[in-house]
Amino acid sequence: MTMTPTAKRNSALGTMARSNTAVGLFFMLPAAVFLICFLTYPLGLGVWLGFTDAKIGRDGVFIGIENYQALANDSVFWMAVYNTVLYTFIASILKFVLGLWLAMILNEHLPFKSFFRAIILLPWVVPTVLSALAFWWIYDAQFSIISWSLMQLGWIDGPINFLGDPNNARASVIAANVWRGIPFVAISLLAGLQTIPQSLHEAASLDGATGWQRFRFITLPMLTPIIAVVMTFSVLFTFTDFQLIYVLTKGGPVNATHLMATLSFQRGIPGGQLGEGAAIAVAMIPFLLASILFSFFGLQRRKWQQGGQD
Amino acid sequence: MSISEQTAAQPLNDEAQGMSYLNRLPRRIVVLYLPLLVFIIVLLFPFYWMAITAVKPNDQLTDYNNYSPFWVVKPTLDHIKYLLFETSYPGWLWNTIVVSVCATVLSLAASVFAAYAIERVRFSGSRPVGLLIFLAYLVPPSILFIPLAVIVFKFGIYDTKLALIFTYPTFLIPFCTWLLMGYFRSIPFELEESALVDGASRWQILVRVILPLAVPGLISAGIFAFTLSWNEFIYALTFIQSSENKTVPVGVLTELVRGDVFEWGSLMAGALFGSLPVVILYSFFVDYYVSSMTGAVKE
Repeated sequence: MTMTPTAKRNSALGTMARSNTAVGLFFMLPAAVFLICFLTYPLGLGVWLGFTDAKIGRDGVFIGIENYQALANDSVFWMAVYNTVLYTFIASILKFVLGLWLAMILNEHLPFKSFFRAIILLPWVVPTVLSALAFWWIYDAQFSIISWSLMQLGWIDGPINFLGDPNNARASVIAANVWRGIPFVAISLLAGLQTIPQSLHEAASLDGATGWQRFRFITLPMLTPIIAVVMTFSVLFTFTDFQLIYVLTKGGPVNATHLMATLSFQRGIPGGQLGEGAAIAVAMIPFLLASILFSFFGLQRRKWQQGGQD
Repeated sequence: MSISEQTAAQPLNDEAQGMSYLNRLPRRIVVLYLPLLVFIIVLLFPFYWMAITAVKPNDQLTDYNNYSPFWVVKPTLDHIKYLLFETSYPGWLWNTIVVSVCATVLSLAASVFAAYAIERVRFSGSRPVGLLIFLAYLVPPSILFIPLAVIVFKFGIYDTKLALIFTYPTFLIPFCTWLLMGYFRSIPFELEESALVDGASRWQILVRVILPLAVPGLISAGIFAFTLSWNEFIYALTFIQSSENKTVPVGVLTELVRGDVFEWGSLMAGALFGSLPVVILYSFFVDYYVSSMTGAVKE
């Protein structure tokens, strides 16, 4: 409106629509400039860089799919792909199961419920790098508090080499990721649980439904839409995780715990191979789309099967 | 979306007892309180460990035989003193504050306009734009940092705070816009119409009618955006080289960890002090934080 002269204000409907578009676009301008400059353009540039041999301090030339061919023959890259899929798969399942469990506990009638809800979110609020540092100290090869406690209990003889052995290291980073992800899943699912009317549970138990049946046929179907969205986000965050690995193992021991994101950083920034790093990052996109589509539509479909509206 | 409408339609009765009276106390202890206790201990232990390590004298730090590792005798402030007076830590803290505040304010401003335009101005193409904003939210920083590093370098803002202030909005604007769209949607059209009839311009409607009503939404989005930028790591690691421009997460990790001698005390103190500001902020605005987190998921 500010842009149209006052004389035109009461003219035809068409002008109105056009001025609406003008006002709309004007209001969109700041966000659009930012997102185009620093999101859309880099996304395109990243795809382009993947096809070049750019290095730090030197613009690359187009070399076709050479980067991808090199990656296809690179065992470290395939190890990173394997790790990323494994990491995402196991961590997401654990986060979902434990998160749902915690959400259902919090959905019960408890004293100090809002206080519990507040402190449970702490792992999610605190910067990942800083909590990962605490985990680094907890996983220390010599002075790990977990090893010490287990040794005191007499369950193990010597300290566990948490981050030095490939499989232990994988389990340790997954545990740290699950620790950080549970609050997000639990609190989001709790919001969903609170929308399920108690009367449904009461009616079902009058009909003789057991606790498991009530969970299976009331809670789960009612919760599916929220589960779909929460798990999509969770999978997305887990798949592209960088911070935990970078702090805890830096991809070691001997590249055994590299995720695609950390490998991309390793090759691209300290290694200087921008082209190759970008190619690894681009290689994440199909996996990412697939996992988003899977968790979104896979769970979405169940919803109309249960007779819900969209 | 149907979920959020349901929520609006039937106010939650959080205090409803439901059928929990059917469970006897011993059963509740096993099924409810015990798992809850385990969850809380596991979720909070790393923070306890962080805090207790930060005040432990060095000789107790690794001597588990003479001192119980879970407690501290004669706590010391040496690690914290070392952190504050002999490292660049205060500078990193300041950088993090500046970057987070600027990025949050910038993103909020841009998002308010964008969300209002998409939700209320209804220009042609506003629907697809809204969808694009949501898709932009799904683009993770870990696939953007390499091309962004190239762009930041070309703009000549490499290794400055500006590099972070300009790149953080890429993940903040989509989130804030999405959240604010939800809030604006809940403001009745009638208010806007009557303002239009009274001759208010779009700008006046936004500033005088919509914004005052959307204050809770603005707080939610602001708090969340602030903690997101405080926690950001990969951009700060990639775009910042010199010690005096680093943010807390990057500074603690790259400068306090040297060689093989880990000074766990000062490292944990650094982690603790880097977490405290967001935790304090969060503790004042828990409900806003939760509503923005669940709001973004529900819409």
